[in-house]
Amino acid sequence: MINKTAAQMAEALAKGETTSVELTQAHLDRIAAVDGQVKAFLHVDTEGALAQAKDVDARRAKGENLSPIAGIPLALKDVLVQKGVPTTAGSKILQGWHPPYDSTVVSKLKSAGVVIMGKTNMDEFAMGSSTENSGYGPTFNPWDLTRTPGGSSGGSAAAVSSFQAPLAIGSDTGGSIRQPAALTGIVGVRPTYGAVSRFGLIAYSSSLDQAGPFGRTVLDTALLHEVMAGHDPKDATSINAPVPAVVAAAKSGDVKGMKIGVIKQLQGEGYQKGVQTRFDESLQVLASLGAEIVEVDCPSFEYALAAYYLIAPSECSSNLARFDAMRYGLRTGDVDGASAEAVMSATRDAGFGREVKRRIILGTYALSSGYYDAYYGSAQKIRTLIIQDYAKAFAQADVLVSPTAPTTAYKIGEKVDDPMAMYLGDVATIPVNLAGICGMSLPAGLADEDNLPVGFQIMAPAMQDQRLYQAGAALEAALLSKWGAPILSKAPELKGAK
Amino acid sequence: MSSLSRDDVAKLAGLARIEMTEAELVELSSQFGLILDAVARVQEMDLSGVKATSHPQPLENVARPDVVHPSLSPEDALSGAPAQEDSRFRVPQILGEAE
Repeated sequence: MINKTAAQMAEALAKGETTSVELTQAHLDRIAAVDGQVKAFLHVDTEGALAQAKDVDARRAKGENLSPIAGIPLALKDVLVQKGVPTTAGSKILQGWHPPYDSTVVSKLKSAGVVIMGKTNMDEFAMGSSTENSGYGPTFNPWDLTRTPGGSSGGSAAAVSSFQAPLAIGSDTGGSIRQPAALTGIVGVRPTYGAVSRFGLIAYSSSLDQAGPFGRTVLDTALLHEVMAGHDPKDATSINAPVPAVVAAAKSGDVKGMKIGVIKQLQGEGYQKGVQTRFDESLQVLASLGAEIVEVDCPSFEYALAAYYLIAPSECSSNLARFDAMRYGLRTGDVDGASAEAVMSATRDAGFGREVKRRIILGTYALSSGYYDAYYGSAQKIRTLIIQDYAKAFAQADVLVSPTAPTTAYKIGEKVDDPMAMYLGDVATIPVNLAGICGMSLPAGLADEDNLPVGFQIMAPAMQDQRLYQAGAALEAALLSKWGAPILSKAPELKGAK
Repeated sequence: MSSLSRDDVAKLAGLARIEMTEAELVELSSQFGLILDAVARVQEMDLSGVKATSHPQPLENVARPDVVHPSLSPEDALSGAPAQEDSRFRVPQILGEAE
């Protein structure tokens, strides 16, 4: 049962062939069997999950009208608060915190009857691309346990790719859903900025952060997208418009006559050979399905990485000021006579990890008087140019495409002491965040040189998320018939697995 | 090549209220040159006449009707407090004795 898609599980639930309690227990058993090696979860809420499952089974038995994914278990990135369930954002500064409220995403999941099994590991405050910056140790890539699953939503991606959960939620500030999806061979979507409420999403960089869905298929991802998206009065940046018809688009999967733009700047030099090969093949597949492939020029993308690593740290240096040891979270050094400032400084030293400190200091520098215009100010102008490049490109194409990440999954520890090398992995995903548009990564096959998954990225204009699913479903179906079996069937068995 | 001295980093850490060890200060200052060179690339393009974007959406003030909604109870609001006293957050000394 756990190897099926969420859509198949939902069908079995609707037909009464299984119950949510059975389905949830099967996944909890899988977690118990394999998560000792993968370490996708920071907290498994066994009791809470089974109670939610029992409740949704009872509602179904009464004949209540349920959401299409009611009763399906899900893994939640630890960046979203859930009332009464430990939430850390991967940071020691929040160890032991039990939030007193639900994020809007969690409220929506609960009312849709989705079973939240637990909280997944992540780079601390979502700052990182490998999940190695977690305060609680790394997550391991199910394809090769010596490698990272990507990040920052590495725990969620690893949970889905190792069949510990059919669905998961991540957040994507610079690629943190799409890149781990690529590195673990699954589908991940960063919805349009403002499409999913940020209320209760622990902030890293508020103008870039957006939560989104993971699944093993395009349709599964769409089913979750539709449940978690929608206007929320509690988030002033939430878009007051209907959710794009992503499920219908995933079911249609037609690209005949669709114009697909290949971004000149996001391929070639710097991209691993096997990544580029699988990307080029996927383009041919799309062309054979009747899509028209054009090349588009986005010259300012060359500066996107630099702009991002000024804007995100600047915003984070301000956002993370809330961790002040006063109202919640860690407090250290509170001895008689110690000033509030001394306690705050000692707590932030003890509670924050290396990367978080690095970004706070960088942001503090970029915003400081005398440097503001040269750094943060220039970065904001680059952001305008990137938005303009996208506008021109979308005038020529319905969707834009690129490899999701320049390489396949790298070894744990390989880049941890070289921040710039790590940052380069986000080069293809970051422009989407700066422009506030939407993007998907889906599997394009395995790289010949290392047999590891390669991600294919699709981008669409703001609130045109359905285009991602339409193109993604077409490519997915064509690749599946070419391969004969889903890509995850090629992943090695994990020890302890039944 | 940009650089940031150990003392520059110490000053920034003070502004950011992070008490850093000597080893952390030295490590950060050694990494900052490379990072600053990389991000300084934003200055390579001619940006004259380009407007700044602080946010991907055309933002407007969002108001809601002035109606009372349920909010956190004092118990819930204090549930994560490192220290509390008389239904209030207890914090370390903020002002000096003489003030």
